Amino acid sequence: MYTRIYVLRFPKETSDKPIICELVKQFDVEFNILKATILPQHEGLMVIELLGHKENVRKALGFLKSYGVTTESLATIIHRDDDKCFQCGACTGICPTGALNLHRPDMAVLFDPEKCTGCGLCVMVCPVRAMEVSLTQTISSVD
Amino acid sequence: MSEHKVVKTYDEINARIRSGEAVVVTAEEMVGIVREKGPEDAARHVDVVTTGTFAPMCSSGVFLNFGHSQPTLKASKVWLNNVAAYAGIAAVDVYLGAAELPEDDPLNKVFPGEFLYGGGHVIEDLVAGKKVLLKAVGYGTDCYPNRGIEKEVTLEDLPFAMMVNPRNAYQNYNCAVNLSDKTIYTYMGTLRPHGKNANYCSAGELSPLLNDPLYKTIGLGTKIFLGGGIGYVTWHGTQHNPGAPRHENGTPLKAAGTLMVQGDLKQMSPRWLKGISMQGYGATMAVGIGIPIPILNEEMARYTGVSNEEIFTQIIDYSYDYPHGVARSYGEVSYAQLKSGHIEVNGKKVVAAPLSSTVRAREIAETLKGWIVKGDFQLEIPVKSLPDK
Repeated sequence: MYTRIYVLRFPKETSDKPIICELVKQFDVEFNILKATILPQHEGLMVIELLGHKENVRKALGFLKSYGVTTESLATIIHRDDDKCFQCGACTGICPTGALNLHRPDMAVLFDPEKCTGCGLCVMVCPVRAMEVSLTQTISSVD
Repeated sequence: MSEHKVVKTYDEINARIRSGEAVVVTAEEMVGIVREKGPEDAARHVDVVTTGTFAPMCSSGVFLNFGHSQPTLKASKVWLNNVAAYAGIAAVDVYLGAAELPEDDPLNKVFPGEFLYGGGHVIEDLVAGKKVLLKAVGYGTDCYPNRGIEKEVTLEDLPFAMMVNPRNAYQNYNCAVNLSDKTIYTYMGTLRPHGKNANYCSAGELSPLLNDPLYKTIGLGTKIFLGGGIGYVTWHGTQHNPGAPRHENGTPLKAAGTLMVQGDLKQMSPRWLKGISMQGYGATMAVGIGIPIPILNEEMARYTGVSNEEIFTQIIDYSYDYPHGVARSYGEVSYAQLKSGHIEVNGKKVVAAPLSSTVRAREIAETLKGWIVKGDFQLEIPVKSLPDK
C-alpha cells in the first residue's frame, strides 16, 4: 500500500464540482483530508493523504491535473532551516505525527518530511523559527 | 594530611596540559569511565572533565560603549534596532538585555504574541557581524551638547563590548506541565492542557554545575567557554540557592546554584549566542557555556561521573502553582526518564520534550576538550568559592 500526503490547489472554476469522491469511485484510492479551504469562486487549498496502489495513486493524480488541480507532495514544501535549528527538541513534544523526533541516545532532533501532515504546530513552538510550513504563502506565490 | 587517596593540584594539571599529556574527557565520557574503573582509578587516569550547556538563559546581556560623537552626547535613551538599552550609566555606555523587546512590539496584545525579535537577536546580529542601527537621544549639557545621533554600527566599530550575564547555567531546573484545561504559553514553552506534555531544560549529565554539585572547583575566576569565546565566572548568579534539597550524590533535586559570567563579546560567535522567541512569553537568548572541571581527587571523579539516571528534578504545574508561588511537586523524575521522551504524571503517560540542546551541549564539551588537549586553554584557580550554604 502506497501512502503520501499531497497539497492540492484548486482553480476557482472547480469549486462547485465533486472531484475528490472520484478518487474512490474511479481509481480505488482512499483519502484522508487533513486540511481544506474550499470556498465558492475562490482558489482552494487541500492537504490530503492518499492511500492505494502506487499505480492507482499516480492515475488519480493525473485525473486531478486534468481538472487544473495542481498537486505537490507535502514533504517537498515543508522545510527545516538547519542553520537556524539548534537541536533543542522543543518541537518534539508538540508534533502529533512524530515527523519531528529525538534520536536516542544522542538526542539529535530529526525531521522526517514524509511523516509531516503540515499541521504547522511546530512553527510557533520552535524558539528560532526554523520550521517553514507555509501553505498559504505557497498559494500566493503560485498566483 | 589529605583525606583523599588521589591528590592533584591545578599546577600539576596545567603542567600536563602544557606538555600535551593531560587526559581530558567530556562529562558524558566520564560516566562510563567512573562506572568501569571506579572513582579512585578514574581520578588517577583523568585530569580534566569538560561540561557544556546550550539553552535559553534570559538573564544575559552586554555592556556596550559606542564611542563619542562630535559634538559630544550624553545619551539618556538608546535603542539598537529599536530595542531599548539601559542608558542610565556614563555618557555612551549602555547595557542591552537579552529579554528586552522593540519599542513597537505588539507584545501579547494579540495573544499569544510571537516575539520575533528582541535584545538576544540584536546580540546575535552583532556577533554575526551585521550592521545594527543605533539611535541615542540626550537632553544636552554644557559638556555634552548633542541632542541625538543615529548611526549604523557593527561589533567591530564598538570600542567595547562585554557580555555580562547575571544568571546563567542554572544547576538543574523544573520540569513544567500544565494541569489546567487550556493551553498556556510560558518561558518553558507551550504547554497543552490536562498535563498532555512536559518540558524540561537542563543538559543533565553534561551540565556544568551538576558535575560540581557542591562548588568545589567552579568559583570566581574560573575560566570557561562562553558564547564561543573565553569567559570567566565572575560571581554566583542571581537566585543562587545552594540550600536546595540534594540527592546523596550531591546534585540538587530542584533548581539550585547559578553563575554570573562575563567575557569579551568580540570573541563570540552566532553559533553559540542565538536570539530566541518564546510564543506568548517573550524574546530571550540561548547561550553556550562550557566549564572544565579539574579532577583533583577521587571525590571530583565521583561527582563528574554522575549520570542522567542519578540526577532528578521536580514536575511543576505552570498553570496555577508556579504563577501563584505554590511550592508543590507532582513527582520526581530523573533526566534518564525525561530523555526517554515519556514520563508519568498523576499516573498518566506524558510526552517530555527538552528546551536545552544535548547535541550542542556535547559539541561545547568536545570543543573545550579540544582546546585543552591542544594546550590552548589552561585552568584557573578560583580566587573565591561560590556560597555553598
